[in-house]
Amino acid sequence: MNTKGILQRYFEFKEQSLSRLRQQGYFDRCKIQVGSATCENASGAEAVYREFDKMIKASGRTDILLHKTGCTGHCSSEPIVGVFKPGEIPVKYGEVTAQKAFEIFTSHVQGHSGPVVDMILDKKTDRLYRNEFIFCGRGSQCEGANDKLAAVFQEKLNQRGLGDQVKIGSGVCLGLCAEQGTPVSPACFVFPERIFYGNIQESDLDEIIDSHIEKRQLVSRLEVSFDKIHNHFFDHYGDVEYFNHQLRLTLKNCGVIDPESIDEYIYYRGFEAAAKVFENDTAETIIDKILKSGLRGRGGGGYPTGFKWRNTYLAKGDEKFIVCNADEGDPGAFMDRSMLEGDPFSIIEGMLIGGFTINAKKGYIYIRAEYPLAIKRLENAITLAREFGFLGDNILGSGYSFDIELRLGAGAFVCGEETALIHSIEGLRGMPRPRPPYPSVSGLWGCPTMINNVETLANVPVIMLDGPQWFASIGTQNSKGTKVFALAGKINQTGLVEVPMGTTLRDIIFKNGGGIKNNKKFKAVQTGGPSGGCLPEQFLDTIVDYDSLTQAGSIMGSGGMIVLDEDDCMVDIAKFFLDFTQNESCGKCTPCREGTMRMLEILQRITEGKGTMDDLTKLERLGNLIKRASLCGLGQTAPNPVLSTLRHFRDEYVEHITNKRCPAHRCQNLLRYNINPDKCVGCTACARVCPVRCISGSPKKVHEIDQQKCIKCGMCYETCKFDAIDKL
Amino acid sequence: MDVSNKEKFTLSSELIEYIDSCKQQAHFKSFLINVLQRIQDIHGYLPQCLMEETALRLGVPTAKVYGVATFYHMFRLEPQGKHTINICLGTACYVKGAQRVLDAFKSHLNIDIDETTEDLMFTLKAARCVGTCGLAPVVMIDNDVYAKVTPEDVLTIITKYRQS
Repeated sequence: MNTKGILQRYFEFKEQSLSRLRQQGYFDRCKIQVGSATCENASGAEAVYREFDKMIKASGRTDILLHKTGCTGHCSSEPIVGVFKPGEIPVKYGEVTAQKAFEIFTSHVQGHSGPVVDMILDKKTDRLYRNEFIFCGRGSQCEGANDKLAAVFQEKLNQRGLGDQVKIGSGVCLGLCAEQGTPVSPACFVFPERIFYGNIQESDLDEIIDSHIEKRQLVSRLEVSFDKIHNHFFDHYGDVEYFNHQLRLTLKNCGVIDPESIDEYIYYRGFEAAAKVFENDTAETIIDKILKSGLRGRGGGGYPTGFKWRNTYLAKGDEKFIVCNADEGDPGAFMDRSMLEGDPFSIIEGMLIGGFTINAKKGYIYIRAEYPLAIKRLENAITLAREFGFLGDNILGSGYSFDIELRLGAGAFVCGEETALIHSIEGLRGMPRPRPPYPSVSGLWGCPTMINNVETLANVPVIMLDGPQWFASIGTQNSKGTKVFALAGKINQTGLVEVPMGTTLRDIIFKNGGGIKNNKKFKAVQTGGPSGGCLPEQFLDTIVDYDSLTQAGSIMGSGGMIVLDEDDCMVDIAKFFLDFTQNESCGKCTPCREGTMRMLEILQRITEGKGTMDDLTKLERLGNLIKRASLCGLGQTAPNPVLSTLRHFRDEYVEHITNKRCPAHRCQNLLRYNINPDKCVGCTACARVCPVRCISGSPKKVHEIDQQKCIKCGMCYETCKFDAIDKL
Repeated sequence: MDVSNKEKFTLSSELIEYIDSCKQQAHFKSFLINVLQRIQDIHGYLPQCLMEETALRLGVPTAKVYGVATFYHMFRLEPQGKHTINICLGTACYVKGAQRVLDAFKSHLNIDIDETTEDLMFTLKAARCVGTCGLAPVVMIDNDVYAKVTPEDVLTIITKYRQS
């Protein structure tokens, strides 16, 4: 195989892409960027897009580019609109409506009175700062030093009366030190100049203020260069607090590129990793790099990706396959959807490199049919990649041929398990089978098959471009790189956060997620979806990596993170998950099919107030048995939500059983509504809404609820304007 | 419902063409799920006679076709309403009150989960996480996602579809 000239051909391609982008005015027009993804559209992004389109046409201006991107994962503030004027600080607006779009357009884009400050994303600021300094922070070894310096800096700025013009923030470890070879801490990133300062001493701060802030002259002796593939995300969004606490390696293009434009992907070094690998690497060197990077499967299992690649490479067989597992079934996890909708080309490139390594001619993406937009974008990306010669015969003249086919799931959670997934692609019932043989030896149609998760594959181009050593410098001893978490539930900022492994749960929930909604009390965090567990407050300082979470009694899983507050009943949550797994159990093996059903029945009893203390022992025994005896991962992990809540919230189970009370007032059968005679004014509102007419009392007299007839629907409780009904 | 299920359909020429094109490819039996998905896209469910015809054309035993059709949640064996209402009961939606939204749909439409209204307008379904947890609770009607739905919104949503 003649591998010379592949990179050169790639750069020729890239030049063509750039010239097309230049023609569109991609680099010098004012860009209005509107998010476009399932979640963005659901919150009204399409209407906002149309509104901008209308206004641009009406204004007759040709120097404005209306740009569509995927979602940034900042769900609670969607739709998000960015205004990127050449040479100015990028401004992002949150929760934009068609009405607000008009204001943004006239005031900011047309320039009548500058940015609309009170609509800026996160509303953490009432002004646009002159400069922003984001110091390296969490996840780095130098955290303390940076924080201390930042504090001194803030003090000095305040003294000089610049405190309200310059913003000091703290970010995550960007991996700057590992890149430079020597520590450059303390270091910071500066907006709007978008440069890095490193090795900053306290004595340098005055110079930064005098020169950089006052005179707008860079302090060049402190400048450090840092060229990493994910930089552009920080460039676009690093000034927003939600994003500067994140390190975006796999989500680097989400919210930056138009997911339907291969030119934009190429502009941000898309397919460069593949071209480099084709020119310089062999299967052995690629596997070596993946092993060195320490990358582990992001789908839940955490199996070292390098081992998987090596096993498939070494397996005997004329035909081999690579499969991307995009059957994101965990309720509460949506990082794969966001990646596929916002940056589908990265997954294709990851598969291309993987396919090249094991010499597969064909790859499959197995995706849930519940994600119609992701499917559409993937189909488009595959078509474009074929047109541009990144898929098909003799890719970039390397002699290597590879193509990708989409296969849609049909709504079966168990198909996320690899052997079940194989059966589903083969057109059969998606049932798992015992392993070994592992798919790497005998998978699709008996051929060696390498199955990787979406997020795992998205890491591959990053490792190839930025180097395995650099990648391995991020994270903890046994868990390298970053992990995307889907924050949801009772949290202020729901959405996707990508943080270095080793970040604490507390940081993710309170710094990234902005804490608990409505100032309620944190109760537990559920990680790992239906296979994971609930961790209470005393575990908040647990760091997230594969091993620590397992030790604490939960799992990393695919990265779903549901935050629960004092109003959530842990027995009810355990029942919810078990109901899910019981429903999704494929029925092949008895422990999972029958066992989960029996456990669910016991939980049902407890939530109805019919449980006995003996039931708790039964739950534990049965749970451990199901874990040991089930055929596949679904059954082996199904009891986890119950076992972990039993371990950490046993009191609550006991309360349900002995006192027939649900402390969180969630379990309907255990509720009791009482009318407080001191507060009731006899307005009759409750009696009128009661569907079973069990409230008696005449006007202006205290009412009473007949507990025998009450169905505990809660209508009276919600209707009462005088707060006179107590929920017990 | 049983009566309409005995209605006679035949595979459209488009579907026959698709099945034939699948047969040209390696491992063509693996396209069974794709074929069934296309049938459902057209008819809204999988009529028995079409499953039998598919079995014949694709060379897969009828028992296997039934096996697949009954295994996956997405396949429906009975006629469905014009619009499918999917109430997300994923974790995030659940903790944010999806159950109450579901109850509101049930009482307004007077049907239970997996049932269809008599006028064949709506089929009510409970979905497993549609992946927009940030906007919980979420309801998906056909391919449109409704965010942060409250029980009070339900009637407005239903009316919108009834009138269109």
